Amino acid sequence: MINFDYVKARDVGDAIKQIGGHPNARFIAGGTNLIDLIKENVARPTRLIDITGLPLTEIEETKAGGWRIGALVPNSDLAYDERIKTRYPLLSSAILAGASAQLRNMASTGGNLLQRTRCLYFYDPAMPCNKREPGTGCGATDGFNRMNAILGWSESCIAVHPSDMCVALAVLEATVHVTGPKGDRAIPFAEFHRLPGDTPERDTNLAHDEIIVAVELPREGFNRNYSYLKIRDRLSYAFALVSVAAGLELEGGAIKSGRVALGGVAHKPWRVPEAEQRLNGQRPDRRVFGEVADIILRGASGFAHNSFKIELARRAIIRTLEQAAAGTPQSQSVKSIV
Amino acid sequence: MSLGNQGQDSRELKLQPKLDVTLRINGVERHVSLRPWATLLDALRDYLDLTGTKKGCDHGQCGACTVLVNGRRIVSCLTLAVMQDGAEITTVEGLATNGKLHPLQQAFISHDGFQCGYCTPGQICSGVGLIAEGHAKTADEIRELMSGNICRCGCYPNIVAAIEEVMRGAAPESAP
Repeated sequence: MINFDYVKARDVGDAIKQIGGHPNARFIAGGTNLIDLIKENVARPTRLIDITGLPLTEIEETKAGGWRIGALVPNSDLAYDERIKTRYPLLSSAILAGASAQLRNMASTGGNLLQRTRCLYFYDPAMPCNKREPGTGCGATDGFNRMNAILGWSESCIAVHPSDMCVALAVLEATVHVTGPKGDRAIPFAEFHRLPGDTPERDTNLAHDEIIVAVELPREGFNRNYSYLKIRDRLSYAFALVSVAAGLELEGGAIKSGRVALGGVAHKPWRVPEAEQRLNGQRPDRRVFGEVADIILRGASGFAHNSFKIELARRAIIRTLEQAAAGTPQSQSVKSIV
Repeated sequence: MSLGNQGQDSRELKLQPKLDVTLRINGVERHVSLRPWATLLDALRDYLDLTGTKKGCDHGQCGACTVLVNGRRIVSCLTLAVMQDGAEITTVEGLATNGKLHPLQQAFISHDGFQCGYCTPGQICSGVGLIAEGHAKTADEIRELMSGNICRCGCYPNIVAAIEEVMRGAAPESAP
């Protein structure tokens, strides 16, 4: 690996101070993505600031009746936390659909949000990539793009965000709490990640010297009618071709409100408010879910190796909404889809 | 072509000094001096002569380097040794006690849970971690929660059987 300086931050203020004036420094927590990127020569930090000693490991109830998750809570602790399993089973399910047990033991809540795309061309410094090296072009557009975007992509980048957890956080309308030299900010989840546009090198709206301190979940957790369905090239330990998170609020056999987000299809978890509004007041049935899927996928277009994902996504949306409506969420250990 | 958009010019930097790290490995306190970029895996194998932990992919995709850190299974290739200063590490060398194999080691033998053996230390450490976590109740759940350990020889059915046996607390058959 490359020659970098290592410092351990004493507290949040110290962490922010340590990154100041070091444009090529990075915070490190779980390390599961960053260390891999350093080995691949994709990330070339001059300094790593170890934030694992910071007191950001609590899961606490908020005054508003939601829950606040410290940025350093490991993915596995979050997924298996009894309070989270009870209130936000969609979040538990999505986390357990991702990575492996070992990686979930290491990876942090904040780091999951900040993981970078697994686009093959981003990961290969011998290839052009506007995200890794702006201005060099996109190798994926005419390359092997099976894992790439069908929605929200731009001429300069067709990468997708790889997280499962974030797809659930999009449905739950979480808030990302960050702090930096200019003070604290609360970023709505939908505004945290960016579409590539012509600045694909920026994945999120977090500034270089800001640090995520917590992710807050509002009160509504869709804990009765939810499902997370992940479709991938093998049954476990693979990134999504398409994933769907859905949460429904049912009342008297009709849908009072609902939310749907897609993973594996865009540069950020994909939500379409107009499609969700189509659910309001409807009886949960396949016809309505099909209409919702059509609205979500309006404008979708793929490339040589991934156009199949449009129809796959359509069917996955319908199936996930059916699972949510029936109260039979997708199991993450028994992989048959019912 | 330059590499990456966050490039550094190594000519302008002096090599970072070695850092002193203390690890409690298999119950023994070990001191080692290494550069910040040494992974825990490389520290174990190259600095501490504990070569039971295997380097497979070195990218967190195969699980061969799985060890227990403070009782939790992790892949040692994706953490820096300096980040584990003061941690309690258990490697495959530390599972047996008083010359007696760990029940899961014995179960891997009884169930023929390996062929070439390269993934086995990682499989066994991962299985020990899985049992300690207590989330798996069924064979399906064992399979899912062992998916981070790849076996190129395809010994999965026997690996699941070995873990299932120890998980259920049955005494594994003794070795011949």
